[in-house]
Amino acid sequence: MKFPIYLDNHSTTPMDPRVLESMLPYFTEKFGNSASRNHAFGWEAEEGVENARKQIAKLIHADAKEIVFTSGATESNNLALKGVVEMYHEKGDHIITSSTEHRAVLDTAKALEAKRGVKVTYLPVDKFGMVNPEDVRNAITDKTILISIMFANNEIGTVNPIKEIGKIAKEKSILFHCDATQGVGKVPIDVQDMGIDLMSFSAHKIYGPKGVGALYVRKKNPRVRIAAQMDGGGHERGMRSGTLPVPLIVGFGKACELGEQEMAADGARLSVMRDRLHTTITNALEEVYLNGHPTQRLPHNLNISFAYVEGESLLMGCKEIALSSGSACTSATLEPSYVLRALGVGAELAHSSIRFGLGRFTLDEEVDYAGKRIIEVVTKLREMSPLYEMAKEGIDLKSVQWAAH
Amino acid sequence: MAYSEKVVDHFNNPRNMGSFKKEEDGVGTGIVGAPECGDVMKLQIKVENETIVDAKFKTFGCGSAIASSSLATEWLKGKTVEEAGRIKNTDIVQELNLPPVKIHCSVLAEDAIKAALADYQKKADPK
Repeated sequence: MKFPIYLDNHSTTPMDPRVLESMLPYFTEKFGNSASRNHAFGWEAEEGVENARKQIAKLIHADAKEIVFTSGATESNNLALKGVVEMYHEKGDHIITSSTEHRAVLDTAKALEAKRGVKVTYLPVDKFGMVNPEDVRNAITDKTILISIMFANNEIGTVNPIKEIGKIAKEKSILFHCDATQGVGKVPIDVQDMGIDLMSFSAHKIYGPKGVGALYVRKKNPRVRIAAQMDGGGHERGMRSGTLPVPLIVGFGKACELGEQEMAADGARLSVMRDRLHTTITNALEEVYLNGHPTQRLPHNLNISFAYVEGESLLMGCKEIALSSGSACTSATLEPSYVLRALGVGAELAHSSIRFGLGRFTLDEEVDYAGKRIIEVVTKLREMSPLYEMAKEGIDLKSVQWAAH
Repeated sequence: MAYSEKVVDHFNNPRNMGSFKKEEDGVGTGIVGAPECGDVMKLQIKVENETIVDAKFKTFGCGSAIASSSLATEWLKGKTVEEAGRIKNTDIVQELNLPPVKIHCSVLAEDAIKAALADYQKKADPK
Protein backbone atom coordinates (compact mmCIF):
# COMPACT_ATOMS: atom_id res chain seq x y z
CA MET A 1 0.00 0.00 0.00
CA LYS A 2 1.32 3.45 -0.91
CA PHE A 3 1.04 6.41 1.44
CA PRO A 4 -0.55 8.90 1.68
CA ILE A 5 -3.87 7.36 0.69
CA TYR A 6 -6.12 9.59 -1.43
CA LEU A 7 -9.77 9.58 -0.36
CA ASP A 8 -10.70 13.10 -1.43
CA ASN A 9 -12.02 12.40 -4.90
CA HIS A 10 -14.83 14.99 -4.67
CA SER A 11 -12.16 17.62 -4.51
CA THR A 12 -10.27 16.41 -7.54
CA THR A 13 -9.25 13.12 -9.12
CA PRO A 14 -5.93 11.83 -10.40
CA MET A 15 -5.72 11.71 -14.17
CA ASP A 16 -6.34 8.37 -15.75
CA PRO A 17 -3.11 7.33 -17.56
CA ARG A 18 -5.22 6.66 -20.68
CA VAL A 19 -6.34 10.28 -20.58
CA LEU A 20 -2.81 11.54 -20.31
CA GLU A 21 -1.75 9.37 -23.23
CA SER A 22 -4.49 10.81 -25.43
CA MET A 23 -3.36 14.34 -24.61
CA LEU A 24 0.39 14.06 -25.17
CA PRO A 25 0.54 14.44 -28.97
CA TYR A 26 -1.45 17.68 -28.70
CA PHE A 27 1.26 19.38 -26.66
CA THR A 28 4.01 18.79 -29.21
CA GLU A 29 3.43 17.57 -32.76
CA LYS A 30 -0.26 18.48 -32.97
CA PHE A 31 0.16 21.87 -31.32
CA GLY A 32 -1.96 23.89 -33.74
CA ASN A 33 -4.62 26.45 -32.93
CA SER A 34 -7.97 24.85 -33.59
CA ALA A 35 -9.21 28.19 -34.93
CA SER A 36 -6.56 28.27 -37.68
CA ARG A 37 -8.67 27.47 -40.72
CA ASN A 38 -6.03 27.57 -43.41
CA HIS A 39 -3.42 24.96 -42.61
CA ALA A 40 -2.96 21.38 -41.55
CA PHE A 41 -1.85 22.27 -38.02
CA GLY A 42 -5.16 23.99 -37.37
CA TRP A 43 -7.14 21.19 -39.00
CA GLU A 44 -5.68 18.43 -36.89
CA ALA A 45 -6.16 20.45 -33.70
CA GLU A 46 -9.74 21.14 -34.73
CA GLU A 47 -10.27 17.45 -35.39
CA GLY A 48 -9.06 16.67 -31.87
CA VAL A 49 -11.44 19.25 -30.41
CA GLU A 50 -14.44 18.11 -32.44
CA ASN A 51 -13.85 14.48 -31.58
CA ALA A 52 -13.72 15.41 -27.88
CA ARG A 53 -16.90 17.44 -28.25
CA LYS A 54 -18.63 14.32 -29.57
CA GLN A 55 -17.29 12.14 -26.74
CA ILE A 56 -18.46 14.65 -24.15
CA ALA A 57 -21.87 15.15 -25.75
CA LYS A 58 -22.43 11.41 -25.98
CA LEU A 59 -21.90 10.92 -22.26
CA ILE A 60 -24.74 13.34 -21.43
CA HIS A 61 -26.95 12.54 -24.43
CA ALA A 62 -26.47 15.93 -26.05
CA ASP A 63 -25.46 17.09 -29.50
CA ALA A 64 -21.79 17.99 -29.99
CA LYS A 65 -22.80 21.52 -31.06
CA GLU A 66 -24.35 22.07 -27.62
CA ILE A 67 -21.02 21.84 -25.78
CA VAL A 68 -19.29 25.13 -24.93
CA PHE A 69 -15.79 24.77 -23.54
CA THR A 70 -14.77 26.80 -20.50
CA SER A 71 -11.96 26.78 -17.96
CA GLY A 72 -13.96 24.67 -15.51
CA ALA A 73 -17.26 24.30 -13.71
CA THR A 74 -16.89 27.58 -11.82
CA GLU A 75 -16.71 29.45 -15.10
CA SER A 76 -19.55 27.38 -16.55
CA ASN A 77 -21.76 28.26 -13.59
CA ASN A 78 -20.87 31.94 -13.92
CA LEU A 79 -21.53 31.87 -17.65
CA ALA A 80 -24.88 30.11 -17.23
CA LEU A 81 -26.26 32.41 -14.54
CA LYS A 82 -24.81 35.71 -15.73
CA GLY A 83 -25.33 34.82 -19.39
CA VAL A 84 -29.02 34.01 -18.90
CA VAL A 85 -29.70 37.05 -16.70
CA GLU A 86 -28.10 39.36 -19.24
CA MET A 87 -29.86 37.76 -22.19
CA TYR A 88 -33.33 37.47 -20.68
CA HIS A 89 -33.46 40.50 -18.36
CA GLU A 90 -36.42 41.90 -20.25
CA LYS A 91 -38.42 38.76 -19.50
CA GLY A 92 -37.83 38.83 -15.76
CA ASP A 93 -35.43 39.24 -12.91
CA HIS A 94 -35.99 36.23 -10.68
CA ILE A 95 -33.80 33.14 -10.19
CA ILE A 96 -34.53 30.06 -8.10
CA THR A 97 -31.67 28.07 -6.62
CA SER A 98 -31.00 26.10 -3.43
CA SER A 99 -29.11 26.77 -0.23
CA THR A 100 -26.69 23.88 -0.64
CA GLU A 101 -25.38 24.77 -4.10
CA HIS A 102 -21.66 25.07 -4.64
CA ARG A 103 -20.17 28.49 -3.92
CA ALA A 104 -19.68 29.02 -7.65
CA VAL A 105 -23.48 29.20 -8.00
CA LEU A 106 -24.28 30.87 -4.67
CA ASP A 107 -21.68 33.58 -4.99
CA THR A 108 -22.65 34.22 -8.60
CA ALA A 109 -26.29 34.55 -7.53
CA LYS A 110 -25.26 36.95 -4.76
CA ALA A 111 -23.22 39.01 -7.21
CA LEU A 112 -26.25 39.22 -9.52
CA GLU A 113 -28.41 40.36 -6.59
CA ALA A 114 -25.93 43.06 -5.64
CA LYS A 115 -24.89 44.28 -9.06
CA ARG A 116 -27.93 43.71 -11.26
CA GLY A 117 -30.81 43.83 -8.79
CA VAL A 118 -31.76 40.23 -9.56
CA LYS A 119 -34.08 38.59 -7.02
CA VAL A 120 -32.95 35.16 -5.89
CA THR A 121 -34.91 32.50 -4.01
CA TYR A 122 -32.66 30.13 -2.08
CA LEU A 123 -34.76 27.03 -1.53
CA PRO A 124 -34.25 25.07 1.67
CA VAL A 125 -33.42 21.35 1.55
CA ASP A 126 -34.79 18.50 3.64
CA LYS A 127 -32.77 16.76 6.37
CA PHE A 128 -31.11 14.59 3.74
CA GLY A 129 -30.07 17.60 1.68
CA MET A 130 -32.65 17.14 -1.04
CA VAL A 131 -34.60 19.86 -2.86
CA ASN A 132 -38.35 19.28 -2.98
CA PRO A 133 -39.62 19.78 -6.57
CA GLU A 134 -42.86 21.20 -5.17
CA ASP A 135 -40.86 23.94 -3.46
CA VAL A 136 -39.44 24.78 -6.88
CA ARG A 137 -42.94 24.96 -8.35
CA ASN A 138 -44.20 27.16 -5.53
CA ALA A 139 -41.28 29.57 -5.83
CA ILE A 140 -41.94 30.27 -9.51
CA THR A 141 -43.32 33.74 -10.32
CA ASP A 142 -44.09 35.40 -13.65
CA LYS A 143 -40.68 37.03 -13.36
CA THR A 144 -38.71 33.78 -13.00
CA ILE A 145 -36.18 33.32 -15.80
CA LEU A 146 -33.95 30.57 -14.43
CA ILE A 147 -33.96 27.59 -12.09
CA SER A 148 -30.49 26.43 -11.03
CA ILE A 149 -30.31 23.24 -8.98
CA MET A 150 -27.26 21.04 -8.54
CA PHE A 151 -27.30 17.42 -9.65
CA ALA A 152 -25.46 16.04 -6.63
CA ASN A 153 -23.96 17.78 -3.66
CA ASN A 154 -20.19 17.93 -3.38
CA GLU A 155 -20.11 17.43 0.40
CA ILE A 156 -22.84 14.93 1.17
CA GLY A 157 -23.38 13.34 -2.24
CA THR A 158 -27.18 13.67 -2.13
CA VAL A 159 -28.66 13.42 -5.63
CA ASN A 160 -31.55 15.79 -6.34
CA PRO A 161 -34.77 14.78 -8.16
CA ILE A 162 -33.53 16.47 -11.33
CA LYS A 163 -36.01 14.91 -13.72
CA GLU A 164 -38.98 16.14 -11.67
CA ILE A 165 -37.52 19.64 -11.46
CA GLY A 166 -36.81 19.57 -15.20
CA LYS A 167 -40.42 18.66 -15.84
CA ILE A 168 -41.70 21.58 -13.79
CA ALA A 169 -39.31 23.96 -15.54
CA LYS A 170 -40.55 22.74 -18.92
CA GLU A 171 -44.21 23.06 -17.90
CA LYS A 172 -43.63 26.66 -16.89
CA SER A 173 -41.26 27.41 -19.80
CA ILE A 174 -38.44 28.43 -17.50
CA LEU A 175 -34.81 27.63 -18.25
CA PHE A 176 -33.26 24.94 -16.08
CA HIS A 177 -29.55 25.01 -15.29
CA CYS A 178 -27.95 22.11 -13.46
CA ASP A 179 -24.50 22.15 -11.87
CA ALA A 180 -23.62 18.51 -12.50
CA THR A 181 -19.94 18.74 -11.62
CA GLN A 182 -20.16 15.88 -9.12
CA GLY A 183 -22.54 13.74 -11.14
CA VAL A 184 -21.23 13.63 -14.71
CA GLY A 185 -19.24 10.48 -15.39
CA LYS A 186 -20.29 9.01 -12.03
CA VAL A 187 -23.99 8.37 -12.55
CA PRO A 188 -26.05 8.32 -15.77
CA ILE A 189 -27.15 11.79 -16.89
CA ASP A 190 -29.40 12.40 -19.86
CA VAL A 191 -30.10 16.06 -20.58
CA GLN A 192 -33.03 15.12 -22.84
CA ASP A 193 -34.75 12.81 -20.42
CA MET A 194 -34.07 15.09 -17.46
CA GLY A 195 -35.17 18.30 -19.17
CA ILE A 196 -31.91 20.14 -18.53
CA ASP A 197 -31.34 23.29 -20.62
CA LEU A 198 -27.91 24.28 -19.33
CA MET A 199 -25.43 22.09 -17.49
CA SER A 200 -22.01 22.77 -15.94
CA PHE A 201 -19.29 20.18 -15.43
CA SER A 202 -15.54 19.80 -15.50
CA ALA A 203 -12.82 17.37 -16.50
CA HIS A 204 -10.74 17.11 -13.35
CA LYS A 205 -13.54 15.50 -11.33
CA ILE A 206 -13.69 12.62 -13.78
CA TYR A 207 -10.02 11.64 -14.08
CA GLY A 208 -9.33 14.31 -16.69
CA PRO A 209 -7.06 17.37 -16.60
CA LYS A 210 -7.56 20.49 -14.47
CA GLY A 211 -8.32 23.74 -16.27
CA VAL A 212 -11.09 22.68 -18.63
CA GLY A 213 -14.83 22.35 -18.24
CA ALA A 214 -17.98 22.67 -20.28
CA LEU A 215 -21.35 24.30 -20.32
CA TYR A 216 -24.03 22.36 -22.12
CA VAL A 217 -26.33 24.86 -23.85
CA ARG A 218 -29.52 23.41 -25.34
CA LYS A 219 -29.94 24.16 -29.04
CA LYS A 220 -33.55 23.27 -29.60
CA ASN A 221 -36.80 22.95 -27.62
CA PRO A 222 -36.01 25.59 -26.56
CA ARG A 223 -32.99 27.19 -28.21
CA VAL A 224 -31.18 28.69 -25.24
CA ARG A 225 -29.25 31.91 -25.72
CA ILE A 226 -26.72 33.28 -23.30
CA ALA A 227 -24.77 36.54 -23.34
CA ALA A 228 -21.02 35.97 -23.54
CA GLN A 229 -19.06 36.96 -20.46
CA MET A 230 -15.73 36.80 -22.27
CA ASP A 231 -15.41 38.87 -25.44
CA GLY A 232 -12.85 38.29 -28.14
CA GLY A 233 -12.43 36.10 -31.17
CA GLY A 234 -15.95 34.70 -31.09
CA HIS A 235 -14.99 31.12 -30.32
CA GLU A 236 -17.58 28.58 -29.16
CA ARG A 237 -20.33 30.11 -31.32
CA GLY A 238 -19.68 33.48 -29.72
CA MET A 239 -20.51 32.29 -26.24
CA ARG A 240 -16.97 32.00 -24.91
CA SER A 241 -14.04 33.60 -26.67
CA GLY A 242 -10.48 32.46 -26.16
CA THR A 243 -8.14 30.04 -27.90
CA LEU A 244 -9.20 26.52 -27.01
CA PRO A 245 -6.81 24.54 -24.78
CA VAL A 246 -6.67 21.68 -27.27
CA PRO A 247 -4.70 19.12 -25.17
CA LEU A 248 -6.99 19.66 -22.19
CA ILE A 249 -10.09 19.32 -24.34
CA VAL A 250 -8.79 16.12 -25.93
CA GLY A 251 -8.19 14.75 -22.42
CA PHE A 252 -11.64 15.88 -21.30
CA GLY A 253 -13.15 13.97 -24.24
CA LYS A 254 -11.19 10.83 -23.43
CA ALA A 255 -12.19 11.10 -19.75
CA CYS A 256 -15.85 11.26 -20.78
CA GLU A 257 -15.49 8.30 -23.10
CA LEU A 258 -13.91 6.26 -20.30
CA GLY A 259 -16.55 7.53 -17.90
CA GLU A 260 -19.28 6.24 -20.15
CA GLN A 261 -17.62 2.83 -20.46
CA GLU A 262 -16.68 2.38 -16.83
CA MET A 263 -19.31 4.29 -14.89
CA ALA A 264 -21.47 1.29 -14.10
CA ALA A 265 -18.59 -0.93 -12.97
CA ASP A 266 -16.89 1.88 -11.01
CA GLY A 267 -20.14 2.82 -9.30
CA ALA A 268 -20.98 -0.76 -8.34
CA ARG A 269 -17.50 -1.43 -6.96
CA LEU A 270 -17.22 1.86 -5.06
CA SER A 271 -20.66 1.69 -3.47
CA VAL A 272 -19.84 -1.75 -2.05
CA MET A 273 -16.54 -0.42 -0.68
CA ARG A 274 -18.23 2.70 0.66
CA ASP A 275 -20.92 0.69 2.42
CA ARG A 276 -18.35 -1.64 3.95
CA LEU A 277 -16.40 1.35 5.27
CA HIS A 278 -19.57 2.80 6.77
CA THR A 279 -20.54 -0.51 8.42
CA THR A 280 -17.05 -1.09 9.80
CA ILE A 281 -17.07 2.35 11.41
CA THR A 282 -20.59 2.19 12.82
CA ASN A 283 -20.01 -1.31 14.19
CA ALA A 284 -16.97 -0.15 16.12
CA LEU A 285 -18.05 3.32 17.25
CA GLU A 286 -21.15 4.72 18.91
CA GLU A 287 -22.71 8.06 17.99
CA VAL A 288 -21.67 8.17 14.37
CA TYR A 289 -24.15 10.04 12.17
CA LEU A 290 -24.56 9.79 8.42
CA ASN A 291 -24.89 13.15 6.65
CA GLY A 292 -26.86 13.11 3.42
CA HIS A 293 -29.39 10.78 1.89
CA PRO A 294 -29.20 7.09 2.86
CA THR A 295 -29.96 5.86 -0.67
CA GLN A 296 -30.25 8.76 -3.14
CA ARG A 297 -26.56 9.54 -3.15
CA LEU A 298 -23.41 9.28 -5.19
CA PRO A 299 -21.91 5.78 -5.04
CA HIS A 300 -18.47 6.97 -3.95
CA ASN A 301 -19.48 9.42 -1.22
CA LEU A 302 -19.60 8.94 2.53
CA ASN A 303 -20.02 11.87 4.90
CA ILE A 304 -20.27 11.13 8.61
CA SER A 305 -20.09 13.04 11.86
CA PHE A 306 -18.29 11.63 14.89
CA ALA A 307 -19.88 13.17 17.98
CA TYR A 308 -17.48 14.74 20.53
CA VAL A 309 -14.53 14.82 18.13
CA GLU A 310 -13.53 17.90 16.16
CA GLY A 311 -12.94 17.26 12.45
CA GLU A 312 -9.63 18.97 11.97
CA SER A 313 -8.05 17.11 14.87
CA LEU A 314 -9.36 13.89 13.35
CA LEU A 315 -7.74 14.71 10.01
CA MET A 316 -4.52 15.58 11.84
CA GLY A 317 -4.63 12.25 13.65
CA CYS A 318 -4.68 10.32 10.39
CA LYS A 319 -2.77 12.56 8.09
CA GLU A 320 -1.51 9.63 6.04
CA ILE A 321 -5.04 9.64 4.59
CA ALA A 322 -6.28 12.57 2.47
CA LEU A 323 -9.81 13.42 3.59
CA SER A 324 -11.87 16.52 4.05
CA SER A 325 -13.96 17.91 6.92
CA GLY A 326 -16.85 20.32 7.36
CA SER A 327 -15.14 21.72 10.43
CA ALA A 328 -14.68 25.47 10.57
CA CYS A 329 -11.01 24.98 11.24
CA THR A 330 -10.50 23.53 7.79
CA SER A 331 -12.25 26.39 5.99
CA ALA A 332 -11.12 29.91 5.27
CA THR A 333 -14.26 31.39 6.82
CA LEU A 334 -14.05 29.83 10.30
CA GLU A 335 -17.70 28.80 9.91
CA PRO A 336 -18.65 25.12 9.82
CA SER A 337 -20.05 23.70 6.58
CA TYR A 338 -23.07 25.70 5.34
CA VAL A 339 -24.27 22.55 3.57
CA LEU A 340 -24.52 20.56 6.79
CA ARG A 341 -26.08 23.55 8.55
CA ALA A 342 -28.74 23.72 5.80
CA LEU A 343 -29.65 20.09 6.55
CA GLY A 344 -30.29 21.09 10.14
CA VAL A 345 -27.13 19.38 11.41
CA GLY A 346 -26.08 21.13 14.65
CA ALA A 347 -22.91 23.23 14.53
CA GLU A 348 -21.16 20.84 16.91
CA LEU A 349 -21.80 17.87 14.60
CA ALA A 350 -20.89 19.93 11.55
CA HIS A 351 -17.51 20.55 13.18
CA SER A 352 -17.22 16.78 13.61
CA SER A 353 -17.87 15.74 10.01
CA ILE A 354 -15.55 13.88 7.68
CA ARG A 355 -16.06 13.38 3.96
CA PHE A 356 -14.71 10.26 2.28
CA GLY A 357 -14.52 10.44 -1.51
CA LEU A 358 -13.63 7.16 -3.18
CA GLY A 359 -12.47 6.98 -6.77
CA ARG A 360 -11.63 4.79 -9.73
CA PHE A 361 -8.15 4.09 -8.37
CA THR A 362 -9.15 3.46 -4.75
CA LEU A 363 -8.16 0.00 -3.54
CA ASP A 364 -10.01 -2.25 -1.12
CA GLU A 365 -7.02 -2.36 1.22
CA GLU A 366 -6.84 1.44 1.29
CA VAL A 367 -10.46 1.73 2.38
CA ASP A 368 -9.98 -0.98 5.00
CA TYR A 369 -6.90 0.78 6.32
CA ALA A 370 -8.79 4.09 6.46
CA GLY A 371 -11.63 2.52 8.42
CA LYS A 372 -9.24 0.99 10.93
CA ARG A 373 -7.32 4.23 11.42
CA ILE A 374 -10.45 6.38 11.76
CA ILE A 375 -11.71 4.08 14.49
CA GLU A 376 -8.36 4.30 16.34
CA VAL A 377 -8.11 8.06 16.09
CA VAL A 378 -11.74 8.73 17.04
CA THR A 379 -11.33 6.47 20.07
CA LYS A 380 -8.17 8.31 21.11
CA LEU A 381 -9.68 11.75 20.59
CA ARG A 382 -12.84 10.84 22.49
CA GLU A 383 -10.65 9.85 25.43
CA MET A 384 -9.25 13.35 25.15
CA SER A 385 -12.63 15.04 24.74
CA PRO A 386 -14.26 16.79 27.70
CA LEU A 387 -17.58 16.54 25.85
CA TYR A 388 -17.35 12.75 25.61
CA GLU A 389 -16.52 12.62 29.31
CA MET A 390 -19.51 14.78 30.18
CA ALA A 391 -21.82 12.74 27.98
CA LYS A 392 -20.58 9.56 29.65
CA GLU A 393 -21.36 11.12 33.04
CA GLY A 394 -24.90 11.59 31.82
CA ILE A 395 -24.72 15.35 31.40
CA ASP A 396 -26.96 16.69 28.64
CA LEU A 397 -24.57 18.87 26.66
CA LYS A 398 -27.46 20.96 25.36
CA SER A 399 -28.36 21.99 28.92
CA VAL A 400 -24.86 23.30 29.68
CA GLN A 401 -24.37 27.07 29.72
CA TRP A 402 -21.33 27.39 27.48
CA ALA A 403 -19.19 30.49 27.60
CA ALA A 404 -19.33 31.15 23.86
CA HIS A 405 -16.40 33.02 22.45
CA MET B 1 -1.78 24.37 6.40
CA ALA B 2 1.26 22.72 7.91
CA TYR B 3 1.51 22.43 11.67
CA SER B 4 4.64 23.34 13.61
CA GLU B 5 6.68 20.45 14.96
CA LYS B 6 5.77 21.39 18.51
CA VAL B 7 2.04 21.33 17.77
CA VAL B 8 2.40 17.91 16.16
CA ASP B 9 4.43 16.66 19.13
CA HIS B 10 1.85 17.81 21.69
CA PHE B 11 -0.95 16.42 19.54
CA ASN B 12 0.68 13.00 19.18
CA ASN B 13 1.99 12.87 22.75
CA PRO B 14 -0.38 14.94 24.83
CA ARG B 15 1.03 15.80 28.27
CA ASN B 16 -1.15 15.41 31.31
CA MET B 17 -4.29 14.34 29.51
CA GLY B 18 -7.01 13.31 31.93
CA SER B 19 -9.18 14.51 34.80
CA PHE B 20 -9.20 15.08 38.55
CA LYS B 21 -12.35 14.75 40.58
CA LYS B 22 -13.81 18.25 40.64
CA GLU B 23 -14.79 17.98 44.31
CA GLU B 24 -11.29 17.01 45.42
CA ASP B 25 -9.57 19.45 47.81
CA GLY B 26 -7.25 21.91 46.13
CA VAL B 27 -8.58 21.16 42.65
CA GLY B 28 -9.60 24.04 40.42
CA THR B 29 -11.51 23.34 37.19
CA GLY B 30 -11.91 25.65 34.22
CA ILE B 31 -14.13 24.77 31.27
CA VAL B 32 -14.15 27.28 28.42
CA GLY B 33 -15.36 27.40 24.83
CA ALA B 34 -18.51 25.94 23.29
CA PRO B 35 -19.24 22.89 21.15
CA GLU B 36 -20.93 25.04 18.47
CA CYS B 37 -17.70 27.00 18.08
CA GLY B 38 -15.72 23.81 17.58
CA ASP B 39 -13.60 23.99 20.72
CA VAL B 40 -14.05 23.24 24.41
CA MET B 41 -11.17 23.06 26.86
CA LYS B 42 -11.24 21.62 30.34
CA LEU B 43 -8.19 22.52 32.39
CA GLN B 44 -7.66 21.41 35.98
CA ILE B 45 -5.04 22.31 38.56
CA LYS B 46 -4.23 20.66 41.87
CA VAL B 47 -2.84 23.12 44.41
CA GLU B 48 -0.94 22.48 47.63
CA ASN B 49 0.39 25.42 49.68
CA GLU B 50 -0.32 27.88 46.87
CA THR B 51 1.80 25.80 44.45
CA ILE B 52 0.35 23.90 41.50
CA VAL B 53 1.55 20.34 42.03
CA ASP B 54 -0.33 18.78 39.14
CA ALA B 55 -2.43 19.78 36.13
CA LYS B 56 -4.63 17.94 33.65
CA PHE B 57 -6.58 18.77 30.51
CA LYS B 58 -9.16 17.43 28.13
CA THR B 59 -9.86 19.28 24.88
CA PHE B 60 -12.39 19.05 22.07
CA GLY B 61 -10.91 21.07 19.24
CA CYS B 62 -8.37 21.27 16.48
CA GLY B 63 -4.76 20.16 16.83
CA SER B 64 -3.63 23.63 17.88
CA ALA B 65 -6.25 23.78 20.63
CA ILE B 66 -5.14 20.39 21.93
CA ALA B 67 -1.48 21.44 21.79
CA SER B 68 -2.19 24.79 23.53
CA SER B 69 -3.91 23.10 26.46
CA SER B 70 -1.31 20.33 26.68
CA LEU B 71 1.45 22.96 26.80
CA ALA B 72 -0.48 24.95 29.42
CA THR B 73 -0.56 21.96 31.79
CA GLU B 74 3.19 21.52 31.37
CA TRP B 75 3.81 25.15 32.21
CA LEU B 76 1.41 25.20 35.16
CA LYS B 77 3.09 22.41 37.09
CA GLY B 78 5.45 23.79 39.71
CA LYS B 79 4.22 27.36 39.40
CA THR B 80 2.62 29.23 42.28
CA VAL B 81 -0.97 30.32 41.81
CA GLU B 82 0.24 33.87 41.42
CA GLU B 83 2.82 32.95 38.76
CA ALA B 84 0.26 30.88 36.88
CA GLY B 85 -1.97 33.95 36.55
CA ARG B 86 0.76 35.65 34.57
CA ILE B 87 0.83 33.11 31.70
CA LYS B 88 -0.16 34.97 28.55
CA ASN B 89 -1.66 33.62 25.35
CA THR B 90 1.17 35.29 23.44
CA ASP B 91 3.65 33.05 25.26
CA ILE B 92 1.76 30.03 23.94
CA VAL B 93 1.62 31.47 20.41
CA GLN B 94 5.36 31.96 20.48
CA GLU B 95 6.21 28.57 21.95
CA LEU B 96 3.98 26.64 19.53
CA ASN B 97 4.60 28.91 16.56
CA LEU B 98 0.84 29.29 15.96
CA PRO B 99 -0.30 30.99 12.74
CA PRO B 100 -2.72 33.98 12.99
CA VAL B 101 -5.83 31.83 12.35
CA LYS B 102 -4.96 29.71 15.39
CA ILE B 103 -4.37 32.53 17.89
CA HIS B 104 -7.86 31.99 19.30
CA CYS B 105 -6.67 28.54 20.51
CA SER B 106 -4.04 30.22 22.69
CA VAL B 107 -6.60 32.74 23.95
CA LEU B 108 -8.84 29.87 24.92
CA ALA B 109 -5.97 28.22 26.81
CA GLU B 110 -5.29 31.44 28.73
CA ASP B 111 -9.00 31.70 29.52
CA ALA B 112 -8.97 28.10 30.74
CA ILE B 113 -6.02 28.80 33.06
CA LYS B 114 -7.80 31.87 34.47
CA ALA B 115 -11.04 29.93 34.92
CA ALA B 116 -9.25 27.07 36.74
CA LEU B 117 -7.46 29.53 39.04
CA ALA B 118 -10.70 31.38 39.77
CA ASP B 119 -12.46 28.10 40.56
CA TYR B 120 -9.63 27.07 42.90
CA GLN B 121 -9.74 30.41 44.70
CA LYS B 122 -13.50 30.31 45.03
CA LYS B 123 -13.29 26.86 46.61
CA ALA B 124 -10.38 27.84 48.90
CA ASP B 125 -12.02 31.04 50.03
CA PRO B 126 -15.79 30.59 49.81
CA LYS B 127 -17.07 34.01 50.85
